[in-house]
Amino acid sequence: MDDFIAARSQMAMSLGFHIIFACVGMVMPFFMAISHYKYLRTGNEIYKGLTKAWSKGVAILFATGAVSGTMLSFELGLLWPEFMKHAGPIFGMPFSLEGTAFFIEAIALGFFLYGWDRFNKWFHWATGVLVGISGLASGILVVAANAWMNSPAGFDYHNGVYSNIDPIAAMLNKAWFSQALHMVLAAFVSTGFAVAGMHALMILKRKNVEFHTKAFKIAATCGCIAALLQPISGDISAKDVTQRQPIKLAAMEAHFNTEERAPFILGGIVNEEEQKVDYAIKIPGVLSFLAHGDIDKPVKGLNEFPREDWPPIAITHYAFQIMITLGMLLCGLSLLYLVVIWKKKHWMQANWFLRLFVLAIPLGYIALEAGWVVTEVGRQPWIIYGIMRTKDAVTPMPGIVYSFYIFTTVFVSLSAIVIFLLYRQLKMVGRLYDVTDPNFGIKSKS
Amino acid sequence: MLYVVVAYLWISLYLYLILGGADFGVGIIELFTGKNNKLRVKNTAYKSIGPIWEANHMWLIIAIVVLFVGFPIIYSTLSIYLHIPLLLLLLGIIARGTAFTFRHYDAIDDEWQQVYNRIFRISSLITPFFLGIIAASTVSRQIDPGASNFLAAYVLSWWNLFGIAVGLFTVAISAYLASIYIIGEAEEKGFVDYLMRKAKIYFFVVLGAGSLVFATAYWTGIPLFEWVFGGFIGQVAVLLATVSIGVLFWAAAHHKSTLMRISAAFQVMMILIAATYNHFPELVLLADGSALSLLDQQSSEKTITVLAWGLLLGSIFILPFLFYLLYSFHKKKP
Repeated sequence: MDDFIAARSQMAMSLGFHIIFACVGMVMPFFMAISHYKYLRTGNEIYKGLTKAWSKGVAILFATGAVSGTMLSFELGLLWPEFMKHAGPIFGMPFSLEGTAFFIEAIALGFFLYGWDRFNKWFHWATGVLVGISGLASGILVVAANAWMNSPAGFDYHNGVYSNIDPIAAMLNKAWFSQALHMVLAAFVSTGFAVAGMHALMILKRKNVEFHTKAFKIAATCGCIAALLQPISGDISAKDVTQRQPIKLAAMEAHFNTEERAPFILGGIVNEEEQKVDYAIKIPGVLSFLAHGDIDKPVKGLNEFPREDWPPIAITHYAFQIMITLGMLLCGLSLLYLVVIWKKKHWMQANWFLRLFVLAIPLGYIALEAGWVVTEVGRQPWIIYGIMRTKDAVTPMPGIVYSFYIFTTVFVSLSAIVIFLLYRQLKMVGRLYDVTDPNFGIKSKS
Repeated sequence: MLYVVVAYLWISLYLYLILGGADFGVGIIELFTGKNNKLRVKNTAYKSIGPIWEANHMWLIIAIVVLFVGFPIIYSTLSIYLHIPLLLLLLGIIARGTAFTFRHYDAIDDEWQQVYNRIFRISSLITPFFLGIIAASTVSRQIDPGASNFLAAYVLSWWNLFGIAVGLFTVAISAYLASIYIIGEAEEKGFVDYLMRKAKIYFFVVLGAGSLVFATAYWTGIPLFEWVFGGFIGQVAVLLATVSIGVLFWAAAHHKSTLMRISAAFQVMMILIAATYNHFPELVLLADGSALSLLDQQSSEKTITVLAWGLLLGSIFILPFLFYLLYSFHKKKP
């Protein structure tokens, strides 16, 4: 593995893990606050237990997200010093605001976790909500920095010199809104389904059924609403990408030649040599419609761009296909959930229904990662779209491959421990969190 | 506005050294406490840093963001030539933060606790060590952008006697700060006395490590003595640091834990001023005799202005909230 590929792999892996930790840390506080609100309103002790249980999950994921985020702020420089030398002053604004948001989140979490019975109950509740809001703000701000890499703004560039820098214009770049909206909804979809699925699993085991059903409903409702809104946001993103990065759209769709009434390609195997997609199902006009809102309008193909500016086609295309397929599956499941809530309440405890949610545990995260691959790999070979190539940004230090191995080990073991801890929290629900359980309050020493 | 940004950089580095340092120190003390008192130290540690350790580490992120937004060339130069110690520092930060959280939030109390404990304690030791090495290498004139081989460019830039001595000094300072910090959280008289003895030992360790720093600076030709004592500010800072030791001993004798904390933090601030004022605004001294100065390497004026406003506005949101957090958890439960 050469150093450049190692650096890219390390960055992709670090972000790939961080994105999951961060999304859970962004969304779980809202579930926690909803449950807390229900407790304060109804006085039902189960909701109090649930709030506490979820807050443990938040604490674990927040700490993990915080350290992986700290790592990333260093890795940007360790791996891409040439990029940071020029980009730092331009796209740094959202990072400095994110610092504030993150700081507030850390403080609010301190209040929330250690504030039971210390403060006015609504002040305590508000600190929990603030954890969610500031977490969400952090996420939205970080996406602004990534959006800037896709849609550079706020500076003039002539002969390698960056001048006239305006950090605010850079932050308010054109890609920010569509990317941030898509990311936030994706965080709710993936975390909502993952959490709902885990509680569904516990209901299937008939353990603490009332507790887990309450948890399941909160998580599933949030996840399903987000999943149903996500296609709208996807449509906004598609039209936006068509305008700003037509080559990325072409790569997403493996759309080699400019065509009128461009077809939407489903499945198939990308043949980069012959520039076509074998065995694919083509739906005429749909790509033109998605890109322009008009089934006849031509969509630019890869043939319009110089070969050296092409992103890796197959990876981008497959990732895009995975993302939309899983997105549609989750939309379907969400519709079913609405039916169950309104018309078929007795299905809620049905094994087949709960099993569907268990199967859906990883789907949101896979879609999230696939979408991240689409936006990042689809931007290659550029690190700043149209301005700086990724290979020109990499550190001169050799031996990055070892650093890649170290980081891989760290992230894989970190994730394993996080899953292990969450599993143990879930296992101990009866003793620690569910007041209706006969074993509640019995000290564990296993 | 440039001075606002520089002030924030300095303050966040200082606060990281004090608060993050006390954090690391708690783990170091745990490491060097005998079996009989380990559990008590651990519980007191949790009480004192549990609610705030994440906030303590935010100062490092603020410093890093200020550096890459405001002084990108300094950030990228350090990132390239200090890649290895930065990487080791990061691994320490990750291992420590997660182990600390995991050992508290593991729902089942079993042998896994031993794993978390060990990781937490060892990484608490190595993280400040590399922090010290990194700080030392910014002034030791070993960072050489003209270096032609791997060893000279990426290893000798930080691996030298002076760096190791500063690393040890940082470890000692961390343990010293923590030993004073947690005294205020201990309730039982016997345990307070025990911690007092610890604090005294760490005080002498700091003195020893400090002498080692001066000695290695002398051997490696770093004019540290002149930097510290060569100017009026340095002399005053050293004097005040010495006075604060007196205050500290008085406070210790009268069991005034808040005053002890303040004088220890003040003492470290004076040490930091004495060590850095003489080559300000030069933040990084390079091998060829040139330097990266905070007053020459700043990014465009507009970026600096926006960054300064961002920091000022951020502080308005953060500081009252942070103080309220510290206040709420340090007043005794009714």
